[in-house]
Amino acid sequence: MSKEMTTRERVEAGLGRRRRKETMFRTVGVLATGVGIMFLGVFFATLLAKGSSAFVQTFVQLDVVLDAETIAPGGELDLAYADFEGLVRSSLRKEFPGVSGRTERRELYRLVSTGASYQLRDMVADDPTLIGTTQSLWVPAASNVDMLLKGNIDAAVDESLRPLSDAQIEWIQALQDSGRVETRFNLALFTNGDSRDPELAGIKGAMMGSFYMLLVTIALSFPIGVAAAIYLEEFAPRNRWSDLIEVNINNLAAVPSIVFGLLGLAVFINYLGLPRSAPLVGGLVLTLLTLPVIIIASRAAIKAVPPSIREAALGLGASQMQVVFHHVLPLAMPGMLTGAIIGMSRALGESAPLLMIGMVAFIVDVPGGFTDPATALPVQIYLWADSPERAFAERTSAAIIVLLGFLLLMNLAAVIIRRRMERKW
Amino acid sequence: MSIQQKTFGLVAMTVLGVAMSAPAFAQAGRDHVYVVGSSTVYPFATVVAERFGRSSEFKTPKIESTGSGGGLKLFCDGVGVDHPDVANSSRAIKQSELRACAKNGVTDIVEVKIGYDGIVFAHAINSPTMELSRADIFLALAKEVPGDSEGELIPNPYTTWADVNPGLPATRIEVLGPPPTSGTRDAFVELGMEGGCKTVAWIKALKSTDSDRYKSICHTIREDGVFVEAGENDNLIVQKLQANPNAFGIFGYSFLDQNMEKVKGSPIDGTEPTFDAIASGEYPVSRPLFFYAKKAHVDVIPGLRGYLREFTSERAWGEEGYLSDRGLIPMPDAERSQVAADVRNLTPLSVASQ
Repeated sequence: MSKEMTTRERVEAGLGRRRRKETMFRTVGVLATGVGIMFLGVFFATLLAKGSSAFVQTFVQLDVVLDAETIAPGGELDLAYADFEGLVRSSLRKEFPGVSGRTERRELYRLVSTGASYQLRDMVADDPTLIGTTQSLWVPAASNVDMLLKGNIDAAVDESLRPLSDAQIEWIQALQDSGRVETRFNLALFTNGDSRDPELAGIKGAMMGSFYMLLVTIALSFPIGVAAAIYLEEFAPRNRWSDLIEVNINNLAAVPSIVFGLLGLAVFINYLGLPRSAPLVGGLVLTLLTLPVIIIASRAAIKAVPPSIREAALGLGASQMQVVFHHVLPLAMPGMLTGAIIGMSRALGESAPLLMIGMVAFIVDVPGGFTDPATALPVQIYLWADSPERAFAERTSAAIIVLLGFLLLMNLAAVIIRRRMERKW
Repeated sequence: MSIQQKTFGLVAMTVLGVAMSAPAFAQAGRDHVYVVGSSTVYPFATVVAERFGRSSEFKTPKIESTGSGGGLKLFCDGVGVDHPDVANSSRAIKQSELRACAKNGVTDIVEVKIGYDGIVFAHAINSPTMELSRADIFLALAKEVPGDSEGELIPNPYTTWADVNPGLPATRIEVLGPPPTSGTRDAFVELGMEGGCKTVAWIKALKSTDSDRYKSICHTIREDGVFVEAGENDNLIVQKLQANPNAFGIFGYSFLDQNMEKVKGSPIDGTEPTFDAIASGEYPVSRPLFFYAKKAHVDVIPGLRGYLREFTSERAWGEEGYLSDRGLIPMPDAERSQVAADVRNLTPLSVASQ
């Protein structure tokens, strides 16, 4: 009796200390989570603050006379040589008749993007009957004008310290006063390929490049990965060789991605002679990268199928193969798909291996196939971050937001698939 | 079951799709110009490529930024559609590279000088301007500096600018610059450091007697933390300069040009790094930029002739061309028309002249 009391007393004596320890541990845990969330919050906040302005773009309204003499001298229209830039310039001169002198005029012309003349050309190409008429159209403003109106260029500092002169700022003010300046959604960001003019640069080329690459990657790595996982888990004999393979697959998942890029350069480009900068080669390299991830996830999914299901099927006379394909595989599929999607989102964010196979390049044309030169989203971010024009800073952040959006969508898909299809035993 | 069938159906279709595009693997021809090379020339070459692509019926050239050395290596690997047509370089091609080229059958190379780039030594806009000479820069950044007696070298003892030159303020020496793989670093070392190094008489004398030693004295940058390698990203250096008023950064003129309200270039040997001073050659730390083209590829690769022409046209590289808007410093008129004529006639580089 007395012994029981002492145990109880001892427990009660230590209770305070144990509770304190637990509280402390919980506090540390909360702090750790809090710091993590805080960093994430700072990251997203700066990204959104910097990048959100790139989703809108300043446009200027111009009345352009599509003068037949300038673009189709002698009545013959040759789009490649027609001087559409001259039309844009003359409409600017008409807007500001007081501007004279070569330097001043050059400054005036710099208010409008070079994209204006391409826009005119496309308009005339679509409808040649427009020649001779006067069209009022909205053209993108030059990136410096856009930066000024977004507050990224300070008009208050001395003229020599900013890329826009006092006269240019005056003209912009005049245009604003007459309602000829407007901020619109920056559609070009999603419909154009890369450009060295920030106001014309878009991520469509990079998105298509990433798309083709991921298509190759999923088409190869999913069937190969699942087949390897099924064989290793269900059919392979347990011996030294299978152990060795297992260890190597786990190691492969931890190999730095640049190594796969080097391998891709040596094997796919130098040995097999596939084209450089092609999404096909990028996809092959990313396949190597995602295979271990998919194999490991698929094996875990197969392992999670309860043995009772296998045994029941075997007991009813199913062959080993029937057991696997009729029972285990459908039940393991949600886990495998999740693994595949996680692998794909890793592949989407990869840029290091693409460096080696020539996908870090300036490519304007949007790729239309697996062998066209292309870049990928993370590479586009890297290239823009390194560009001197300041308007690329916000576009870099915008591209990161888009990339994060895709990653979020993919991970969401993985979660939904798991929720929808998962079976509980 | 249905999930399984659907998934496999989907996979089979995609595999088939990839397999059907397989015949395109064989790169029978290339329909775009392929350019590699210097990251300093990249911002200019890309603008030309884009303009050319938009205004002609040809595809836009593809430009990879590989660095001058890496680009010339790819360029010299051979003649054919798998190899680049043009290599950009922020220095002239080396004799050894020409030999490597010749060994792989790349013989008729057209050298095109496109203009100049200044290398600036810049600091935050609010910090006081420091008048530097190349000798100051050498003494502040060399690994070993001349000691009291002639021929003696001591590990660089200087920690403040006043130590280097009593006329300068007593602020700590802190310089952010590009890594050794960069062409900007090469040019800075050759023009800035070596320029200052030569002002010491006995080291200058070494050039003819022991050129290896001369090079190692003049070209070795200190490694004790005073010079910080900031990577190839010049935007990052600009940001760091804003945060640290005492630090200096080394980068190309185009970045100074784009960030005028944030950073300011120090005058070197009494000359400010301005567009005009670099163009006239008065500013001492400036270098020519080049690209090299394969004669054998002209008229084989669609658009190559046009790209060369666009690059050497007045509207691109002229005094008021669009490249000067991007910070390229044009060559004098006579030199431009000479180079443009060489390009039109595809005059190859004579190996002996190098």
